[in-house]
Amino acid sequence: MSTMDSIIQIKNLSKTYADGFQALNSISLDINKGEIFALLGPNGAGKTTLINMICGIVNIQDGMVSVDGHDVVRDYRKTRSMIGLVPQELTSETFETVWGTVSFSRGLFGKKQDILYVEKILKALSLWEKKDNTILTLSGGMKRRVLIAKALAHEPKIIFLDEPTAGVDVELRQDMWEVVRQLKEEGVTIILTTHYIEEAEQIADRVGIINHGELILVQEKNSLMLELGQKHLHINLVNPLKVIPASLMDFRVELSACNKILIYTYDKNDDFGVSSILELLSSLGIAYHDLDTKESSLEEIFVDLVNRKLT
Amino acid sequence: MNYPAIKAIYIFEMSRMRRTLFQSIVSPVISTTLYFVVFGAAIGSRITEIDGVSYGSFIVPGLIMLSILTESVSNASFGIYFPKFSGSIYEVLSAPISYIEITIGYVGAAASKSIIVGSIILLTANLFVPIQIAHPIWMITFLILTAISFSLLGFILGIWADNWEKLAIAPTLIITPLAFLGGSFYSITMLPPFWQKITLLNPVVYLISGFRWSFYENADVSVYVSVGMIGLFLLICLMLVWFIFKTGYRLRV
Repeated sequence: MSTMDSIIQIKNLSKTYADGFQALNSISLDINKGEIFALLGPNGAGKTTLINMICGIVNIQDGMVSVDGHDVVRDYRKTRSMIGLVPQELTSETFETVWGTVSFSRGLFGKKQDILYVEKILKALSLWEKKDNTILTLSGGMKRRVLIAKALAHEPKIIFLDEPTAGVDVELRQDMWEVVRQLKEEGVTIILTTHYIEEAEQIADRVGIINHGELILVQEKNSLMLELGQKHLHINLVNPLKVIPASLMDFRVELSACNKILIYTYDKNDDFGVSSILELLSSLGIAYHDLDTKESSLEEIFVDLVNRKLT
Repeated sequence: MNYPAIKAIYIFEMSRMRRTLFQSIVSPVISTTLYFVVFGAAIGSRITEIDGVSYGSFIVPGLIMLSILTESVSNASFGIYFPKFSGSIYEVLSAPISYIEITIGYVGAAASKSIIVGSIILLTANLFVPIQIAHPIWMITFLILTAISFSLLGFILGIWADNWEKLAIAPTLIITPLAFLGGSFYSITMLPPFWQKITLLNPVVYLISGFRWSFYENADVSVYVSVGMIGLFLLICLMLVWFIFKTGYRLRV
């Protein structure tokens, strides 16, 4: 996608903290309008620092960030009013009510009070029944919902979700992704970090992988899965094999520990590998009674990329 | 100016006062009443008039000022420290508001609370002793300027503090001694000449002197010097706040 469609532009962004730790090293990245962008990386990779620099919580040292064409330092009022942030930590005013804290967030971002809008958000996040409860009395999952409600209170165009489902049960997690899908339908750009990579696989349009403060890869999720994802064909043999026949050595095959399954690994865009190996097995007189295939998950791709970078 | 943001911070901070009504209002009133019982009735009855004013009436401006100073510092420091402690400060830092607006919101709320407490103490004192206010405009001016100045100081302390102990140190070890030694309960002319000179190094002397003058037209130092000192203190605090936000000191890394 061209930069014409980008809503966030990051150029050569670097950050070294006072203790000498380099959190970001010359990151450049464009986030497209209306997309769901998943930022993946191990702990300490620099995900939160990157988000905090865009949102104005961490000072920019080198490089620049613009949001919808406005510099985040010079035009901070414009850029920040467009952004909603759900932080990783469960942080909120413990003794304030749900209604009070969400209304506070709306006002803080320069919006006049709108009772109907706040009510709509609370209902969408199943918080309406708890609107008069103090934050202190809520469960971890409900506190997470409050943080999302606070981030949405000023009707942002862009929302950052930093580990939004950490510590949230399955049901709540599904509800949250439903809210994310609705926001996307409304045209909101969503940037999320998550440890649940299978969730990113389901929901993201594009994926960025960050490690040691460097952006290793940015790619459309589907093309990433196609390009770097691999398939595994499990061939269940009628009789166990002692060794892999020499003529199969041209294929990436391995024998399972029980010697009864041949595992053939091939690229997703390889059109002829499966038929070739099955024909060869028939010609060698190796009988099989079942076949099944498995695909690499985004998680396997992620681990592979991070490890590749390390080695 | 982002007025909705200033209003949001102000209302949010004032709502803490409503939630902690007893701590915010009732306890300063009780402690002031105790001061009157001890210093006004018990000990004060044995002290002669000071500059033509009964001792009970004489200590009223000092007591109000004592509360204004401690309340301003503790309210403002807690107001900004608690979001830092809980982590919810992220929201203020990521909001489209300038440091001036943040300061107006937090300091305005803290100053308002201490002015409310000061007014309640004035009304409470009126039940115990006769009070005259010779210069009401000046009285209100001193009250507001002092509340704002010390709320700014509290705001700075709240940003500086990185643990609860530091937060408690300043009011306990600095503000209360300065207020007690600043002439809350006596005229500095009652001190030996050497200590009178030393006392003039205490900025609170000027606040209490000016404030007492607005009541009884008796002052330890010129009222203009008092106004000048409050103005100077206010300016120093504003410069410190400007420095904090310019550098991100203890707020942004």
